[in-house]
Amino acid sequence: MTPGSRSAGDRLTAQLAVSGVTLRYAAESGPVTAVDNVSFTIGKGERLVLLGPSGCGKSSLLRAVGGFLRPVSGEIRLDDAAVTGPGPDRMMVFQEFDQLLPWRTVAGNVEFALRRARHLSAAEARTVARDWIGRVGLSKFATAFPHTLSGGMKQRVAIARAFAVQPAILLMDEPFAALDALSRGRMQDELLALCQETGATTLFVTHAIDEALHVGTRILVLSANPGRVAAEYGVPEAAADRGAAQLAKLQADIQAVIFAGHGPMDDRDIAHA
Amino acid sequence: MPEQTLRHAALSERRVLALAPARRRLIILILLAAGWEACARWYDNSLLLPSFTQTISALLAAILNGELPSRTGASLEVLLVGYAIGILLAVVITAVAALSRWGESFLVLLTSMFNPLPAIALLPIALLWFGVGSASLIFVVVHAVLWPLTLSCHAGFRAVPQTLRMAGRNLGLSGSRYVFDILFPAALPSILSGLRLGWAFAWRTLIAAEMVFGASAASGGIGWYIFVNRAQLETANVFAGLLAVILIGLLVEALVFSTLSRLTVQRWGQEA
Repeated sequence: MTPGSRSAGDRLTAQLAVSGVTLRYAAESGPVTAVDNVSFTIGKGERLVLLGPSGCGKSSLLRAVGGFLRPVSGEIRLDDAAVTGPGPDRMMVFQEFDQLLPWRTVAGNVEFALRRARHLSAAEARTVARDWIGRVGLSKFATAFPHTLSGGMKQRVAIARAFAVQPAILLMDEPFAALDALSRGRMQDELLALCQETGATTLFVTHAIDEALHVGTRILVLSANPGRVAAEYGVPEAAADRGAAQLAKLQADIQAVIFAGHGPMDDRDIAHA
Repeated sequence: MPEQTLRHAALSERRVLALAPARRRLIILILLAAGWEACARWYDNSLLLPSFTQTISALLAAILNGELPSRTGASLEVLLVGYAIGILLAVVITAVAALSRWGESFLVLLTSMFNPLPAIALLPIALLWFGVGSASLIFVVVHAVLWPLTLSCHAGFRAVPQTLRMAGRNLGLSGSRYVFDILFPAALPSILSGLRLGWAFAWRTLIAAEMVFGASAASGGIGWYIFVNRAQLETANVFAGLLAVILIGLLVEALVFSTLSRLTVQRWGQEA
Protein backbone atom coordinates (compact mmCIF):
# COMPACT_ATOMS: atom_id res chain seq x y z
CA MET A 1 0.00 0.00 0.00
CA THR A 2 1.28 3.46 -0.78
CA PRO A 3 1.50 5.46 2.38
CA GLY A 4 0.16 8.98 2.16
CA SER A 5 -1.07 9.65 -1.34
CA ARG A 6 -2.12 13.08 0.01
CA SER A 7 0.07 13.41 3.06
CA ALA A 8 1.11 16.83 4.26
CA GLY A 9 4.87 16.59 4.59
CA ASP A 10 5.87 14.63 7.63
CA ARG A 11 2.56 15.27 9.36
CA LEU A 12 0.49 12.21 10.12
CA THR A 13 3.26 9.95 8.83
CA ALA A 14 5.70 9.22 11.59
CA GLN A 15 7.40 6.04 12.68
CA LEU A 16 6.79 4.66 16.11
CA ALA A 17 9.09 2.25 17.89
CA VAL A 18 8.03 0.52 21.08
CA SER A 19 10.85 -1.55 22.50
CA GLY A 20 10.68 -3.85 25.51
CA VAL A 21 7.94 -1.88 27.22
CA THR A 22 6.65 -3.13 30.57
CA LEU A 23 3.78 -1.33 32.25
CA ARG A 24 2.85 -1.80 35.87
CA TYR A 25 -0.09 -0.54 37.93
CA ALA A 26 -0.21 -0.02 41.67
CA ALA A 27 -3.25 -2.03 42.76
CA GLU A 28 -4.46 -2.57 46.33
CA SER A 29 -2.98 -6.04 46.40
CA GLY A 30 0.38 -4.74 45.14
CA PRO A 31 1.88 -3.93 41.76
CA VAL A 32 0.15 -5.58 38.78
CA THR A 33 1.97 -6.05 35.50
CA ALA A 34 -0.38 -4.97 32.74
CA VAL A 35 2.02 -5.26 29.83
CA ASP A 36 5.16 -7.37 29.87
CA ASN A 37 8.12 -6.69 27.58
CA VAL A 38 6.21 -5.74 24.43
CA SER A 39 8.01 -4.54 21.32
CA PHE A 40 6.70 -3.45 17.95
CA THR A 41 7.23 -0.79 15.34
CA ILE A 42 4.84 1.09 13.10
CA GLY A 43 6.10 2.31 9.77
CA LYS A 44 5.02 5.42 7.92
CA GLY A 45 1.39 5.24 6.88
CA GLU A 46 0.83 1.90 8.55
CA ARG A 47 -2.27 1.16 10.60
CA LEU A 48 -1.33 -1.20 13.38
CA VAL A 49 -4.12 -2.74 15.41
CA LEU A 50 -3.56 -3.91 18.97
CA LEU A 51 -6.07 -6.73 19.34
CA GLY A 52 -6.83 -8.75 22.42
CA PRO A 53 -9.26 -9.67 25.16
CA SER A 54 -9.92 -7.30 28.04
CA GLY A 55 -7.03 -7.35 30.49
CA CYS A 56 -4.38 -7.75 27.81
CA GLY A 57 -3.16 -4.22 28.45
CA LYS A 58 -3.85 -2.93 24.95
CA SER A 59 -5.39 0.32 26.21
CA SER A 60 -2.55 0.77 28.72
CA LEU A 61 -0.09 0.35 25.90
CA LEU A 62 -1.91 3.00 23.87
CA ARG A 63 -1.92 5.33 26.86
CA ALA A 64 1.80 4.79 27.29
CA VAL A 65 2.33 5.80 23.65
CA GLY A 66 0.08 8.80 24.37
CA GLY A 67 2.43 9.73 27.21
CA PHE A 68 -0.11 9.25 29.97
CA LEU A 69 1.60 6.19 31.44
CA ARG A 70 5.32 5.86 32.06
CA PRO A 71 6.80 2.42 31.30
CA VAL A 72 8.71 0.82 34.19
CA SER A 73 11.14 -0.46 31.60
CA GLY A 74 11.62 -0.18 27.88
CA GLU A 75 11.27 2.82 25.64
CA ILE A 76 8.83 4.44 23.24
CA ARG A 77 10.27 6.55 20.45
CA LEU A 78 8.38 8.60 17.91
CA ASP A 79 10.48 9.55 14.89
CA ASP A 80 13.56 8.87 17.05
CA ALA A 81 12.46 11.19 19.87
CA ALA A 82 11.65 9.58 23.21
CA VAL A 83 8.05 9.95 24.37
CA THR A 84 8.05 11.58 27.80
CA GLY A 85 4.54 13.01 28.21
CA PRO A 86 1.28 13.75 26.44
CA GLY A 87 1.35 16.02 23.41
CA PRO A 88 -0.58 16.94 20.28
CA ASP A 89 1.86 15.05 18.05
CA ARG A 90 -0.02 11.94 19.25
CA MET A 91 -3.71 12.80 19.08
CA MET A 92 -5.96 10.33 20.85
CA VAL A 93 -9.56 9.43 20.13
CA PHE A 94 -11.13 7.84 23.19
CA GLN A 95 -13.99 5.42 23.50
CA GLU A 96 -15.84 7.65 25.96
CA PHE A 97 -18.16 10.31 24.57
CA ASP A 98 -17.12 12.87 27.21
CA GLN A 99 -13.82 13.56 25.46
CA LEU A 100 -15.35 16.69 23.90
CA LEU A 101 -15.51 19.95 25.83
CA PRO A 102 -19.23 20.30 26.62
CA TRP A 103 -19.00 24.09 26.83
CA ARG A 104 -17.80 24.44 23.26
CA THR A 105 -19.74 23.80 20.07
CA VAL A 106 -18.68 21.23 17.47
CA ALA A 107 -16.74 23.92 15.61
CA GLY A 108 -15.54 25.35 18.92
CA ASN A 109 -14.06 22.03 19.97
CA VAL A 110 -12.08 21.63 16.76
CA GLU A 111 -11.04 25.29 16.68
CA PHE A 112 -9.89 25.17 20.29
CA ALA A 113 -7.68 22.17 19.54
CA LEU A 114 -6.22 23.91 16.51
CA ARG A 115 -5.49 27.10 18.43
CA ARG A 116 -3.90 25.37 21.39
CA ALA A 117 -2.09 22.52 19.64
CA ARG A 118 -1.14 24.11 16.33
CA HIS A 119 -1.20 27.71 17.56
CA LEU A 120 -3.32 28.86 14.64
CA SER A 121 -4.99 32.26 14.64
CA ALA A 122 -8.74 32.37 15.22
CA ALA A 123 -9.42 32.91 11.51
CA GLU A 124 -7.11 30.09 10.37
CA ALA A 125 -8.56 27.75 12.97
CA ARG A 126 -12.07 28.53 11.75
CA THR A 127 -11.17 27.66 8.16
CA VAL A 128 -9.38 24.42 8.99
CA ALA A 129 -12.09 23.37 11.45
CA ARG A 130 -14.84 24.01 8.89
CA ASP A 131 -13.01 21.82 6.39
CA TRP A 132 -12.62 18.90 8.80
CA ILE A 133 -16.14 19.14 10.17
CA GLY A 134 -17.34 18.93 6.57
CA ARG A 135 -15.16 15.89 5.92
CA VAL A 136 -16.82 13.98 8.76
CA GLY A 137 -20.23 15.11 7.50
CA LEU A 138 -21.19 17.40 10.36
CA SER A 139 -21.33 20.80 8.61
CA LYS A 140 -24.96 21.23 9.60
CA PHE A 141 -24.07 20.67 13.26
CA ALA A 142 -21.08 23.01 13.49
CA THR A 143 -22.83 25.28 15.98
CA ALA A 144 -24.41 22.48 18.04
CA PHE A 145 -23.25 21.71 21.56
CA PRO A 146 -21.96 18.16 22.11
CA HIS A 147 -24.76 17.10 24.47
CA THR A 148 -27.26 17.49 21.62
CA LEU A 149 -25.37 15.02 19.40
CA SER A 150 -25.64 11.24 19.12
CA GLY A 151 -22.76 9.03 20.20
CA GLY A 152 -21.64 8.48 16.62
CA MET A 153 -21.65 12.19 15.90
CA LYS A 154 -19.59 12.90 19.01
CA GLN A 155 -17.01 10.35 17.87
CA ARG A 156 -16.98 12.02 14.45
CA VAL A 157 -16.16 15.35 16.11
CA ALA A 158 -13.36 13.70 18.10
CA ILE A 159 -11.99 12.16 14.89
CA ALA A 160 -12.20 15.48 13.04
CA ARG A 161 -10.41 17.16 15.94
CA ALA A 162 -7.66 14.53 15.93
CA PHE A 163 -7.06 14.74 12.17
CA ALA A 164 -7.27 18.53 12.10
CA VAL A 165 -4.42 18.86 14.58
CA GLN A 166 -2.24 16.85 12.14
CA PRO A 167 -0.46 14.70 14.68
CA ALA A 168 2.52 12.56 13.79
CA ILE A 169 0.43 9.52 14.67
CA LEU A 170 -3.24 8.90 15.48
CA LEU A 171 -4.06 6.89 18.59
CA MET A 172 -7.49 5.28 18.64
CA ASP A 173 -8.69 3.68 21.86
CA GLU A 174 -11.70 1.54 20.85
CA PRO A 175 -13.36 4.64 19.40
CA PHE A 176 -16.43 2.75 18.14
CA ALA A 177 -16.92 0.27 20.98
CA ALA A 178 -19.79 2.22 22.53
CA LEU A 179 -21.69 2.60 19.24
CA ASP A 180 -24.47 0.43 17.85
CA ALA A 181 -23.44 -2.12 15.20
CA LEU A 182 -24.84 -0.12 12.30
CA SER A 183 -23.04 3.13 13.05
CA ARG A 184 -19.92 1.20 14.02
CA GLY A 185 -19.67 -0.29 10.52
CA ARG A 186 -20.23 3.06 8.86
CA MET A 187 -17.73 4.82 11.11
CA GLN A 188 -15.10 2.15 10.35
CA ASP A 189 -15.55 2.80 6.64
CA GLU A 190 -15.32 6.54 7.09
CA LEU A 191 -12.26 6.33 9.29
CA LEU A 192 -10.59 4.00 6.82
CA ALA A 193 -11.29 6.45 3.99
CA LEU A 194 -9.81 9.35 5.97
CA CYS A 195 -6.73 7.32 6.91
CA GLN A 196 -6.14 6.25 3.32
CA GLU A 197 -6.69 9.77 2.07
CA THR A 198 -4.21 11.31 4.51
CA GLY A 199 -1.85 8.35 4.76
CA ALA A 200 -1.99 8.72 8.51
CA THR A 201 0.14 6.49 10.69
CA THR A 202 -2.36 4.97 13.10
CA LEU A 203 -2.33 2.84 16.22
CA PHE A 204 -5.76 1.36 16.79
CA VAL A 205 -6.92 -0.61 19.82
CA THR A 206 -9.89 -2.96 19.68
CA HIS A 207 -11.19 -6.27 20.96
CA ALA A 208 -13.22 -6.97 17.80
CA ILE A 209 -11.51 -9.16 15.23
CA ASP A 210 -13.66 -7.98 12.33
CA GLU A 211 -12.87 -4.36 13.17
CA ALA A 212 -9.16 -5.15 13.35
CA LEU A 213 -9.25 -6.81 9.95
CA HIS A 214 -11.23 -3.97 8.47
CA VAL A 215 -9.25 -0.94 9.64
CA GLY A 216 -5.74 -2.36 10.07
CA THR A 217 -2.84 -3.02 7.75
CA ARG A 218 -1.18 -5.13 10.42
CA ILE A 219 -2.53 -6.79 13.56
CA LEU A 220 -0.71 -7.48 16.80
CA VAL A 221 -2.58 -10.03 18.91
CA LEU A 222 -1.93 -9.66 22.64
CA SER A 223 -2.52 -12.34 25.27
CA ALA A 224 -3.89 -11.40 28.66
CA ASN A 225 -2.50 -11.22 32.22
CA PRO A 226 0.05 -9.90 31.62
CA GLY A 227 -0.17 -8.53 28.10
CA ARG A 228 2.35 -10.10 25.76
CA VAL A 229 2.57 -10.31 21.99
CA ALA A 230 0.94 -13.62 21.01
CA ALA A 231 0.99 -13.31 17.24
CA GLU A 232 1.34 -10.86 14.41
CA TYR A 233 -0.55 -10.79 11.12
CA GLY A 234 -0.38 -8.72 7.99
CA VAL A 235 -3.77 -7.85 6.59
CA PRO A 236 -4.18 -8.26 2.83
CA GLU A 237 -5.34 -5.19 0.97
CA ALA A 238 -8.63 -6.88 0.12
CA ALA A 239 -9.61 -6.81 3.81
CA ALA A 240 -11.16 -3.40 3.35
CA ASP A 241 -13.88 -5.15 1.34
CA ARG A 242 -15.83 -6.95 4.00
CA GLY A 243 -16.30 -10.65 3.57
CA ALA A 244 -13.39 -11.27 1.19
CA ALA A 245 -12.82 -15.00 1.09
CA GLN A 246 -9.26 -15.04 2.36
CA LEU A 247 -10.38 -13.17 5.47
CA ALA A 248 -12.36 -16.09 6.85
CA LYS A 249 -9.20 -18.13 7.41
CA LEU A 250 -7.34 -15.18 8.91
CA GLN A 251 -10.24 -14.49 11.23
CA ALA A 252 -10.29 -18.13 12.35
CA ASP A 253 -6.53 -18.05 12.95
CA ILE A 254 -6.75 -14.95 15.11
CA GLN A 255 -9.71 -16.30 17.01
CA ALA A 256 -7.75 -19.45 17.76
CA VAL A 257 -4.82 -17.43 19.10
CA ILE A 258 -7.05 -15.33 21.30
CA PHE A 259 -8.98 -18.25 22.73
CA ALA A 260 -5.91 -20.44 23.21
CA GLY A 261 -3.90 -17.60 24.70
CA HIS A 262 -0.77 -19.08 23.10
CA GLY A 263 0.64 -20.40 19.82
CA PRO A 264 -0.53 -19.44 16.36
CA MET A 265 -2.50 -22.47 15.11
CA ASP A 266 -4.35 -25.22 16.89
CA ASP A 267 -6.81 -27.44 15.03
CA ARG A 268 -8.93 -28.28 18.07
CA ASP A 269 -9.51 -24.62 18.87
CA ILE A 270 -10.58 -23.85 15.34
CA ALA A 271 -13.05 -26.73 15.50
CA HIS A 272 -14.54 -25.19 18.63
CA ALA A 273 -14.60 -21.70 17.17
CA MET B 1 -62.42 9.42 18.03
CA PRO B 2 -63.71 9.02 21.58
CA GLU B 3 -60.53 7.52 22.95
CA GLN B 4 -58.52 10.49 21.81
CA THR B 5 -60.89 13.04 23.30
CA LEU B 6 -60.79 11.10 26.54
CA ARG B 7 -57.04 11.30 26.65
CA HIS B 8 -57.24 14.94 25.74
CA ALA B 9 -59.58 15.62 28.64
CA ALA B 10 -57.32 13.76 31.06
CA LEU B 11 -54.34 15.75 29.85
CA SER B 12 -55.96 19.16 30.23
CA GLU B 13 -57.25 18.23 33.68
CA ARG B 14 -53.74 17.40 34.78
CA ARG B 15 -52.47 20.62 33.29
CA VAL B 16 -54.60 22.69 35.67
CA LEU B 17 -52.76 21.22 38.65
CA ALA B 18 -49.38 21.17 36.95
CA LEU B 19 -48.72 24.92 36.78
CA ALA B 20 -45.38 26.39 35.86
CA PRO B 21 -43.03 26.32 38.87
CA ALA B 22 -42.94 30.13 39.02
CA ARG B 23 -46.73 30.30 39.35
CA ARG B 24 -46.77 27.57 41.95
CA ARG B 25 -44.24 29.53 43.97
CA LEU B 26 -46.28 32.70 43.64
CA ILE B 27 -49.38 30.94 44.97
CA ILE B 28 -47.42 29.58 47.94
CA LEU B 29 -46.11 33.10 48.63
CA ILE B 30 -49.64 34.52 48.60
CA LEU B 31 -50.83 31.79 50.98
CA LEU B 32 -47.95 32.48 53.34
CA ALA B 33 -48.69 36.21 53.35
CA ALA B 34 -52.37 35.54 53.98
CA GLY B 35 -51.50 33.22 56.87
CA TRP B 36 -49.21 35.85 58.34
CA GLU B 37 -51.89 38.51 58.03
CA ALA B 38 -54.47 36.27 59.73
CA CYS B 39 -52.11 35.35 62.60
CA ALA B 40 -51.16 38.98 63.21
CA ARG B 41 -54.77 40.14 63.24
CA TRP B 42 -55.79 37.38 65.61
CA TYR B 43 -52.84 38.06 67.92
CA ASP B 44 -53.43 41.78 67.65
CA ASN B 45 -50.13 43.10 69.05
CA SER B 46 -48.21 45.06 66.46
CA LEU B 47 -45.33 45.56 68.88
CA LEU B 48 -44.58 41.84 68.78
CA LEU B 49 -46.03 40.81 65.44
CA PRO B 50 -46.95 43.48 62.90
CA SER B 51 -49.28 42.30 60.17
CA PHE B 52 -48.28 41.76 56.57
CA THR B 53 -50.02 44.94 55.44
CA GLN B 54 -48.39 46.99 58.21
CA THR B 55 -44.99 45.59 57.20
CA ILE B 56 -45.59 46.38 53.55
CA SER B 57 -46.60 49.94 54.30
CA ALA B 58 -43.55 50.34 56.57
CA LEU B 59 -41.41 48.97 53.76
CA LEU B 60 -42.90 51.36 51.22
CA ALA B 61 -42.47 54.31 53.58
CA ALA B 62 -38.84 53.38 54.26
CA ILE B 63 -38.18 53.05 50.55
CA LEU B 64 -39.88 56.35 49.72
CA ASN B 65 -38.09 58.34 52.41
CA GLY B 66 -34.82 57.01 51.05
CA GLU B 67 -33.58 55.43 54.24
CA LEU B 68 -33.88 51.79 53.20
CA PRO B 69 -32.34 52.29 49.73
CA SER B 70 -29.32 54.04 51.22
CA ARG B 71 -28.96 51.36 53.93
CA THR B 72 -29.29 48.64 51.30
CA GLY B 73 -26.76 50.39 49.10
CA ALA B 74 -24.27 50.52 51.97
CA SER B 75 -24.76 46.83 52.68
CA LEU B 76 -24.53 45.79 49.03
CA GLU B 77 -21.35 47.77 48.54
CA VAL B 78 -19.58 45.93 51.36
CA LEU B 79 -21.12 42.66 50.24
CA LEU B 80 -19.96 42.96 46.62
CA VAL B 81 -16.43 43.97 47.57
CA GLY B 82 -16.14 41.06 50.01
CA TYR B 83 -17.74 38.66 47.54
CA ALA B 84 -15.35 39.68 44.77
CA ILE B 85 -12.27 39.34 46.98
CA GLY B 86 -13.55 35.97 48.22
CA ILE B 87 -14.01 34.69 44.65
CA LEU B 88 -10.57 35.89 43.62
CA LEU B 89 -8.89 34.17 46.57
CA ALA B 90 -10.90 30.97 46.01
CA VAL B 91 -9.82 30.88 42.34
CA VAL B 92 -6.16 31.34 43.28
CA ILE B 93 -6.25 28.71 46.03
CA THR B 94 -8.05 26.07 43.93
CA ALA B 95 -5.85 26.74 40.91
CA VAL B 96 -2.72 26.24 43.02
CA ALA B 97 -4.28 23.14 44.59
CA ALA B 98 -4.99 21.68 41.15
CA LEU B 99 -1.37 22.05 40.13
CA SER B 100 0.54 20.98 43.22
CA ARG B 101 0.15 18.39 45.93
CA TRP B 102 1.29 20.86 48.58
CA GLY B 103 -1.34 23.26 47.33
CA GLU B 104 -3.99 20.60 47.58
CA SER B 105 -3.00 19.64 51.12
CA PHE B 106 -3.04 23.33 52.02
CA LEU B 107 -6.55 23.68 50.61
CA VAL B 108 -7.91 20.57 52.29
CA LEU B 109 -6.46 21.54 55.66
CA LEU B 110 -7.56 25.17 55.52
CA THR B 111 -11.09 24.42 54.36
CA SER B 112 -11.55 21.79 57.05
CA MET B 113 -10.29 24.29 59.64
CA PHE B 114 -12.17 27.39 58.55
CA ASN B 115 -15.31 26.15 56.83
CA PRO B 116 -16.99 25.06 60.08
CA LEU B 117 -15.92 28.28 61.82
CA PRO B 118 -18.76 30.86 61.65
CA ALA B 119 -17.40 33.95 59.94
CA ILE B 120 -19.09 36.17 62.52
CA ALA B 121 -16.86 34.62 65.20
CA LEU B 122 -13.95 36.42 63.55
CA LEU B 123 -15.57 39.82 63.98
CA PRO B 124 -13.88 40.58 67.33
CA ILE B 125 -10.49 39.92 65.76
CA ALA B 126 -11.43 41.92 62.68
CA LEU B 127 -12.44 44.85 64.89
CA LEU B 128 -9.13 44.56 66.68
CA TRP B 129 -7.14 44.54 63.45
CA PHE B 130 -9.12 46.84 61.19
CA GLY B 131 -11.14 48.90 63.67
CA VAL B 132 -14.82 49.76 63.36
CA GLY B 133 -15.65 50.28 59.71
CA SER B 134 -16.22 48.58 56.42
CA ALA B 135 -12.76 46.94 56.38
CA SER B 136 -13.81 44.71 59.28
CA LEU B 137 -17.08 43.87 57.56
CA ILE B 138 -15.31 43.02 54.32
CA PHE B 139 -12.91 40.80 56.24
CA VAL B 140 -15.70 38.66 57.69
CA VAL B 141 -17.63 38.59 54.39
CA VAL B 142 -14.52 37.35 52.56
CA HIS B 143 -14.19 34.64 55.15
CA ALA B 144 -17.85 33.69 54.72
CA VAL B 145 -17.50 33.37 50.92
CA LEU B 146 -14.01 31.98 50.57
CA TRP B 147 -14.23 28.57 52.24
CA PRO B 148 -17.53 27.22 50.94
CA LEU B 149 -16.62 28.43 47.44
CA THR B 150 -13.14 26.90 47.62
CA LEU B 151 -14.67 23.63 48.76
CA SER B 152 -17.17 23.59 45.85
CA CYS B 153 -14.51 24.48 43.27
CA HIS B 154 -12.23 21.77 44.57
CA ALA B 155 -15.02 19.17 44.57
CA GLY B 156 -15.90 20.27 41.02
CA PHE B 157 -12.28 19.87 39.89
CA ARG B 158 -12.09 16.39 41.32
CA ALA B 159 -15.29 15.39 39.53
CA VAL B 160 -13.94 16.32 36.07
CA PRO B 161 -14.01 13.09 34.02
CA GLN B 162 -10.68 11.41 33.42
CA THR B 163 -11.27 11.35 29.66
CA LEU B 164 -11.78 15.10 29.54
CA ARG B 165 -8.59 15.65 31.54
CA MET B 166 -6.67 13.41 29.15
CA ALA B 167 -8.19 15.15 26.13
CA GLY B 168 -6.96 18.47 27.54
CA ARG B 169 -3.46 17.25 28.30
CA ASN B 170 -3.37 15.55 24.89
CA LEU B 171 -3.57 19.02 23.34
CA GLY B 172 -0.45 19.92 25.26
CA LEU B 173 -2.23 21.96 27.92
CA SER B 174 -0.50 22.23 31.27
CA GLY B 175 -0.21 24.61 34.19
CA SER B 176 -2.63 27.51 34.32
CA ARG B 177 -3.73 26.90 30.70
CA TYR B 178 -4.96 23.47 31.72
CA VAL B 179 -6.67 24.81 34.85
CA PHE B 180 -8.46 27.69 33.12
CA ASP B 181 -9.18 26.02 29.75
CA ILE B 182 -10.32 22.65 31.08
CA LEU B 183 -10.84 22.39 34.84
CA PHE B 184 -12.72 25.62 35.59
CA PRO B 185 -15.29 25.35 32.77
CA ALA B 186 -15.73 21.62 33.41
CA ALA B 187 -16.29 22.28 37.12
CA LEU B 188 -18.71 25.15 36.50
CA PRO B 189 -21.82 23.35 37.81
CA SER B 190 -20.15 22.91 41.21
CA ILE B 191 -18.67 26.38 41.09
CA LEU B 192 -22.09 27.91 40.43
CA SER B 193 -23.60 26.16 43.42
CA GLY B 194 -20.60 27.32 45.44
CA LEU B 195 -21.25 30.89 44.30
CA ARG B 196 -24.89 30.61 45.39
CA LEU B 197 -23.87 29.19 48.74
CA GLY B 198 -21.20 31.85 49.16
CA TRP B 199 -23.70 34.61 48.36
CA ALA B 200 -26.12 33.32 51.02
CA PHE B 201 -23.34 32.99 53.60
CA ALA B 202 -22.08 36.47 52.79
CA TRP B 203 -25.53 38.00 53.34
CA ARG B 204 -26.03 36.24 56.65
CA THR B 205 -22.63 37.18 57.93
CA LEU B 206 -22.93 40.77 56.83
CA ILE B 207 -26.35 41.36 58.44
CA ALA B 208 -25.14 39.76 61.66
CA ALA B 209 -21.93 41.79 61.67
CA GLU B 210 -23.74 45.06 60.99
CA MET B 211 -25.91 44.50 64.06
CA VAL B 212 -22.81 44.57 66.23
CA PHE B 213 -21.76 47.95 64.92
CA GLY B 214 -22.83 50.98 66.85
CA ALA B 215 -20.37 53.64 65.98
CA SER B 216 -20.70 54.06 62.23
CA ALA B 217 -24.47 54.17 62.46
CA ALA B 218 -24.78 57.01 59.98
CA SER B 219 -23.44 54.82 57.20
CA GLY B 220 -24.69 51.49 58.58
CA GLY B 221 -26.37 48.92 56.41
CA ILE B 222 -29.60 46.93 56.63
CA GLY B 223 -28.41 45.00 59.68
CA TRP B 224 -27.93 48.22 61.55
CA TYR B 225 -31.32 49.48 60.33
CA ILE B 226 -32.99 46.35 61.75
CA PHE B 227 -31.09 46.64 65.02
CA VAL B 228 -31.90 50.30 65.59
CA ASN B 229 -35.58 49.85 64.82
CA ARG B 230 -35.78 46.96 67.25
CA ALA B 231 -34.27 49.17 69.95
CA GLN B 232 -36.87 51.83 69.16
CA LEU B 233 -39.66 49.20 69.14
CA GLU B 234 -40.52 50.08 65.53
CA THR B 235 -41.30 46.42 64.94
CA ALA B 236 -42.93 46.97 61.55
CA ASN B 237 -39.66 48.53 60.36
CA VAL B 238 -37.72 45.53 61.68
CA PHE B 239 -39.94 43.29 59.61
CA ALA B 240 -39.59 45.62 56.64
CA GLY B 241 -35.81 45.33 56.93
CA LEU B 242 -36.01 41.54 57.04
CA LEU B 243 -38.36 41.56 54.06
CA ALA B 244 -35.90 43.71 52.14
CA VAL B 245 -33.11 41.16 52.78
CA ILE B 246 -35.37 38.36 51.57
CA LEU B 247 -36.47 40.29 48.46
CA ILE B 248 -32.89 41.07 47.49
CA GLY B 249 -32.05 37.38 47.90
CA LEU B 250 -34.91 36.35 45.61
CA LEU B 251 -34.01 39.03 43.09
CA VAL B 252 -30.35 38.03 42.91
CA GLU B 253 -31.30 34.37 42.54
CA ALA B 254 -33.80 35.11 39.76
CA LEU B 255 -31.75 37.70 37.89
CA VAL B 256 -28.13 36.71 38.41
CA PHE B 257 -27.74 33.06 39.30
CA SER B 258 -30.49 31.53 37.20
CA THR B 259 -29.45 33.65 34.21
CA LEU B 260 -25.85 32.59 34.70
CA SER B 261 -26.84 28.96 34.90
CA ARG B 262 -29.16 29.21 31.89
CA LEU B 263 -26.40 30.77 29.77
CA THR B 264 -23.79 28.24 30.79
CA VAL B 265 -24.33 24.83 32.37
CA GLN B 266 -27.92 24.39 31.17
CA ARG B 267 -26.98 25.37 27.64
CA TRP B 268 -24.06 22.95 27.70
CA GLY B 269 -26.10 20.08 29.09
CA GLN B 270 -23.84 19.94 32.13
CA GLU B 271 -26.54 20.25 34.75
CA ALA B 272 -27.60 16.93 36.19
